[in-house]
Amino acid sequence: MAARIWIFFAVVAALFLSLPSSSSAQDLQIVNAERRIDLSSHIVKAFLTLKVENIGKDPAADMLLAFPPTQIKNLAMVQALAVTGKKKKKTYLPLDVKPTQQPDDAPNDAGYSLVSFATPLGPGETVTLEVLYILTHSLEPFPVEITQSESQLVYYRDSAVVLSPYRIKQQTTFFKTPSTRVESFTSVEPANRAGKEIKYGPYEDRAPYSYAPVIVHFENNSPFAVVEELVREIEISHWGSLQITENYRLTHGGARHKGVFSRVEYQSRRSISGSSSFNALLAVLPPRVNSVYYRDDIGNISTSHLRTGFKKSELEFEPRYPLFGGWRATFVIGYRVPLEDYLFEAPDGRRYLNFTFGCPLVETIVNKLTLKVVLPEGSKDPSAVLPFTVNQDLQVKYSYLDIVGRTVVVLQKDNVVPTHNVPFQVYYTFKPIYMLAEPLMLVSAFFFVFVASLAYVHIDLNIVKK
Amino acid sequence: MAAVESSLPPGTPSAMRNAFGTVLSALILVLIGVLAFSIRLFSVIKYESVIHEFDPYFNYRVTQFLSKNGIYEFWNWFDDRTWYPLGRVIGGTVYPGLTLTAGTIWWVLNSINIPLSVETVCVFTAPVFSAFASWATYLLTKEVKGSGAGLAAAALLAMVPSYISRSVAGSYDNEAVAIFALIFTFYLYIKTLNTGSLFYATLNAIAYFYMVCSWGGYTFIINLIPMHVLLCIVTGRYSPRLYIAYAPLVVLGTLLAALVPVVGFNAVLTSEHFASFLVFIIIHVVALVYYIKGILTPKMFKVAVTLVVSIGLVVCLIVVAVLVALVASSPTGGWSGRSLSLLDPTYASKYIPIIASVSEHQPPTWPSYFMDINVLAFLVPAGIIACFSPLSDASSFVVLYIVMSVYFSGVMVRLMLVLAPAACIMSGIALSQAFDVFTGSIKYQLSSNSKDDAEDNTTTKNAPKDDAASGKTDKGEEVAKERSSKKGKKKEREPADKPSVKSKIVKKKALVLPLETSIVALLLLIMLGAFYVIHCVWAAAEAYSAPSIVLTSKSHDGLHVFDDFRESYAWLSHNTDVDDKVASWWDYGYQTTAMANRTVIVDNNTWNNTHIATVGTAMSSPEKAAWEIFNSLDVKYVLVVFGGVIGYPSDDINKFLWMVRIGGGVFPHIKEADYLRDGQYRIDSEATPTMLNCLMYKLCYYRFVETDGKGYDRVRRTEIGKKHFKLTHFEEVFTSHHWMVRIYKLKPQKNRIRGRAKKLKLKTSSGVSSKSAKKNPWM
Repeated sequence: MAARIWIFFAVVAALFLSLPSSSSAQDLQIVNAERRIDLSSHIVKAFLTLKVENIGKDPAADMLLAFPPTQIKNLAMVQALAVTGKKKKKTYLPLDVKPTQQPDDAPNDAGYSLVSFATPLGPGETVTLEVLYILTHSLEPFPVEITQSESQLVYYRDSAVVLSPYRIKQQTTFFKTPSTRVESFTSVEPANRAGKEIKYGPYEDRAPYSYAPVIVHFENNSPFAVVEELVREIEISHWGSLQITENYRLTHGGARHKGVFSRVEYQSRRSISGSSSFNALLAVLPPRVNSVYYRDDIGNISTSHLRTGFKKSELEFEPRYPLFGGWRATFVIGYRVPLEDYLFEAPDGRRYLNFTFGCPLVETIVNKLTLKVVLPEGSKDPSAVLPFTVNQDLQVKYSYLDIVGRTVVVLQKDNVVPTHNVPFQVYYTFKPIYMLAEPLMLVSAFFFVFVASLAYVHIDLNIVKK
Repeated sequence: MAAVESSLPPGTPSAMRNAFGTVLSALILVLIGVLAFSIRLFSVIKYESVIHEFDPYFNYRVTQFLSKNGIYEFWNWFDDRTWYPLGRVIGGTVYPGLTLTAGTIWWVLNSINIPLSVETVCVFTAPVFSAFASWATYLLTKEVKGSGAGLAAAALLAMVPSYISRSVAGSYDNEAVAIFALIFTFYLYIKTLNTGSLFYATLNAIAYFYMVCSWGGYTFIINLIPMHVLLCIVTGRYSPRLYIAYAPLVVLGTLLAALVPVVGFNAVLTSEHFASFLVFIIIHVVALVYYIKGILTPKMFKVAVTLVVSIGLVVCLIVVAVLVALVASSPTGGWSGRSLSLLDPTYASKYIPIIASVSEHQPPTWPSYFMDINVLAFLVPAGIIACFSPLSDASSFVVLYIVMSVYFSGVMVRLMLVLAPAACIMSGIALSQAFDVFTGSIKYQLSSNSKDDAEDNTTTKNAPKDDAASGKTDKGEEVAKERSSKKGKKKEREPADKPSVKSKIVKKKALVLPLETSIVALLLLIMLGAFYVIHCVWAAAEAYSAPSIVLTSKSHDGLHVFDDFRESYAWLSHNTDVDDKVASWWDYGYQTTAMANRTVIVDNNTWNNTHIATVGTAMSSPEKAAWEIFNSLDVKYVLVVFGGVIGYPSDDINKFLWMVRIGGGVFPHIKEADYLRDGQYRIDSEATPTMLNCLMYKLCYYRFVETDGKGYDRVRRTEIGKKHFKLTHFEEVFTSHHWMVRIYKLKPQKNRIRGRAKKLKLKTSSGVSSKSAKKNPWM
C-alpha cells in the first residue's frame, strides 16, 4: 500500500518536472546536499547540509524545505543554521524556520518549511545551511509482536534522494543504524553498507521533487519510551519556591510484547531476554532541586536515585515493573526549586518566570505536553513567550484558601522531543501585598473564634435567672 | 486536679486558681490530642502516606466513590467489580460511618479550597479521631472520678498500643472512628445518668446512631448499657435519672439504628438487641412500682405489689416464651456467626472455617495482653478498687464495662480494642488516686508544723481526691452543694454524716503515709508511667506501623524494600483490559479492586461462603479442573502470592489448608486428608500427589527451581517436592521482582483440529459427563 503511494508520488513528481515551474523555485539550486540520518534511537534525527546557490537574477530572501507527507505529521522540529567561514573558523547563525503552505507547483500533501536567510541571497551567491529535523514515531516495528527473548526489528522508510523543490546537483544520504544487524535495505544504486552505516549516493543532478523510496529493516533495541501524555504544573509561590508536578503516562512504543513474561528468564539471562524492554529512565532536573518525590496513584515507588549537581540534577528511576512493548505505566514526579533561580523582574516592573519547556526525561517522545504555569493569586496580565508556536489558554485554579483563584497559563504542544527543552518566559504583574492576604485571613479567623468564645463564656444565655 | 466551677464569684483566689486549672487542663488536653495524633504518624514517616492492609483499601475505594458521585449514588451503589458474577450492593452492606465522616471532611476542606486528596484525608482520619477519642475519654472519666483521673485516662488512651494498632495513619478502618463513638456514647450515657437531662439523653441517642453507622461493635453498647441499668435496678439504685438515661436511648436509638441500611430491621429482629428491649420493659415496670409506691400508703402498696408481681410474672413469661420461640425459629438461633463465636469461643472454629481462618478472630495469648495494654493490666485492679470507694452509678458502669470487655477480649484478639479504653479509664482512675494519696501525704508531712494551713491547702487544692480518699471533707461538701444541680451523685452523698473538723483531722492522719514511703511510691509510679510511654512509642514505631503492602527488611547492606504487591497491582491496572476478571484468594480482593481496578471473584467481605469455596476448590484442584472452574467464572487472570523466594511467611501456600477446608466444606470431593501426609502439611518430596498436582502448588512453584537450581523454599525451609513441570492450561504473564506475586493467564480453549475431530468428540463427551458428575461442582 505504502509503496504504491510512493510510486504515485514519483509519477506526480515526474509530471511536475515537465511543467513550467514558478520562478522562485527555479531561482535557487542546491549544489551539494549531504544528509545523515541517525536511526540509533527511536527519535530519528536528520542532519542535512545544503549548499544553496542563487542562479536567478533577483536576490532570494528565503528557501523551502520539503518533507514527504508521511514525515510531515511526525515532524517534531526543524532547525536551520547558516554557516559562514571555513573549516575551523566556522560560525553558525540560526535562521528563522516556520511551516508554510505548499507552493502551487508542489506534489500533493508534501509539507514545507520556509527558511529565511539572514541576508537575502544575491544572484550567483552561495550559502551553506545546516538543517536539523527530527522525526518521531517513524520506526515501524516489524514483526509487530515479539516474545520476550526476541530482539526488536524496525522499518524505516524514507527517500534515497532529498525531497526538494530545487534541483540538486549532487547528493549523498547516510543512514546510521544502532547495530550492525540490518535485515535488509532497498538498493538504489549506488548504495552500500559498511558496519553501522548505509550510504546512498552520490547521486548527480536530480530534478526537483525527485523521490526514491527506500526501506531499511534493522535491529533497534533502544528504549522506545513514549510519554503519551505529560502534564507539568509549575506553581509559583512568592514565599520562595517553585513547585513542579509532572504527571506522566508512559508507554513502550516498540513492538508489542506477546505471550509469556518470565521473571526467571528476565533475571537470569538479562542480555538476551527482554532486550527491547527498559526498566530505567533518567530525568534531568534543574540544579538545587529539593523535596523530590516519585510516586503513582497507589503510593511511592521506591526505586530511584537522585544526584544533585551544580549544573543539573539527575533523577534515575525505575517504573514499578520493566516495560515491554505496549506496556504502560503512570507516575508522578514532583520537586521544588528555589524561586530566585527562575523568577526575575523585568525592566518594566513586570515579573517573569524563566523555565525550561519540554520533558525532563532524556530520549523520550511526548505525544501531548500540557504545561501549566500557576501564577500566584492576584497576578494580572499574563503573557507567555516561546521560541515556537504552542496552543495557549488561560484557566483559573483554586488552591489553599484562595478566594479569587489563581491564574493558570496553559501551554499545550503535541509531539515534543528533547530538543524542545529550551527556556520560555511567562510575564505577569503582581503586587507583593497579595502575599499577606492568606495569613491575614487566617489570623482574623482565629481572632474571631477567640472573640466568639470569649463572648460565649461571658454572656449569660439563660432565660431564667438561677 | 482542677475541679472547676465557674459559678464561684470572680476575683477570689480560689476562682483564680480554678481559672488557672481550666486553662491548664485545656492545655494538657490539647497536648494529649497532639500526642495522640503524632504518635500515630510513625507509619507515614517510616514508610509513606499510604492506605494500609486490606479492609482500609475497600473503605478508601468507597470513599473515593462517595466523593466523586455524591451521597445518593453512594446509597444506591451496586458494585459489579467484586463478587463476579454476583456483585455486591455496597450502599446496603457497609457501615457508612467512616466513609461518610471522611467524605464530609474531604468535602469541607475542598469547599474552603484546601485541595487535599481523598487519600490524604483517609490516611489521617484515624489519628485525628484518636485525638477525639482521648478527649472523649477525659470527659467520661471526669464524669466518673473527676478531671484528674480524666486527664490521666486521656493521656493513657492517647498512646495505648492496642488502640494504636488499629488507628495508625493509613489504617483507615471502621474502628478508627468507632472507638471514639463508643467512648463518647458512654460519656453521654454517664452524663445523662449524672444530670438526668433529656438534652444529653437525646445527644446520647445521636452518638449511638453514629456508633451504629460506624461499626458492628455497636451491639456491645446496646448490651452493656442495659446490663448496667439492670445492675442499678437490682442493687436498688433506680432513679428517674436512670430512666431518662435509658428509655430515650432505646426508643430513639433503635429508631435511628434502623435507618442504617446495613442494620435495618435487624435492630429489632436479632437476638443481639433483645436484651435492651427486655430491660426496657423491666425499667418501666420498676418505674411504675416506684410511682405507685409514691402515691400509695405502705399497706396498700403491699397489696399492689403482690398483684403487680403476679401479673408481671405472667407477662414476662409470655415475653420470654415469644423471644425463645423467635430465637429458636431462626437457623443460627438468631445470632450471627461472629456474635455466636463471642459467646462460645469454640463455635467458629468448629462450624465456620471462614471466620476461624482470620487471625484476628482467634483468642489472644497472654503476651498479647502485655503487648497491647502493657502496665495497664496491673493498674486495672487498683482502678476497680478505687471505683468501689465510693461506688456511684457512673463508677459501677465503668466497672461493668471493664469486666465485660475483659471477657470479650478473651474471645477475639480484635476485641482487645474494646478493652483498651476501659483499661485506660481504670488505670487513669488508679493513677490519679494514687498520686492524690501520695502527694497529699507528702504535702501534709511537709507542712505538719502548721497543721491548719496544710489542712486548708489540701482540702481546697485536692477537693475531689479528698472526698474519694477520705470520704467527706467539708470543702468537698461545699463544692457538692454548689454543684448539686449538676451532679446528682454528689447529692446522694450529701445527707451523710457531717464530721467535725477534729474528727476529720484524725481521719486524715490515719490515711497519711510516711514521707519516705510516699516519695518512693511516687517515683515508682513515675517509673511505671515512663515504662508505659517507652513501650507505647516502641509499639507504635516498630510493631504497628507497617502498612503490610510494602515490606522492608534490614540487612548488613542497608534497607531492602519489597514493593511487589503494588508492582503487580500496577501492572494489572495498566496492562490488562479494564473488564478482565482476576481470581485470587479472598485476602487480596479488596486490594485488587482498589489498586488494580479489576473485577475480582471474591474479596475480604466474606458474605458468600459458596463463592469462596468455589475459588478454594479451584485452587486445590488439578490444573484442568481448575481451568474449567475459572473459565466458567469468566476469569482471565489468576493471582497467587508466593513467599518462597524471599521468605515471606503469610503467602498462599501457608494459607492453602484453609482453601482446602473452606472448599471441602461446600464441595465434598475436596478432602483435607488428601493434602496431608500423616496429618502433616508438607510440600517437599514427601508430599501427597494431590498436593503436588493441585493448581496452587503449580502456580506458586512454576519454574521456581530455575532460580537456585534446587528449588529451596525459604518459608517452609525445605526443597520442594516436584521441581520440573509444565503448565498446560495457564501461562505466566507476570511475576513481580521478588516473586511475591505471580499472575497467570488462562490459556484460551484449543481449536479443534480437523483430523482429530472424532477423537476429541469422544473425549469431550466423556468430559462433559464426568464434569457434571464432579468437576463442575456448583452445577
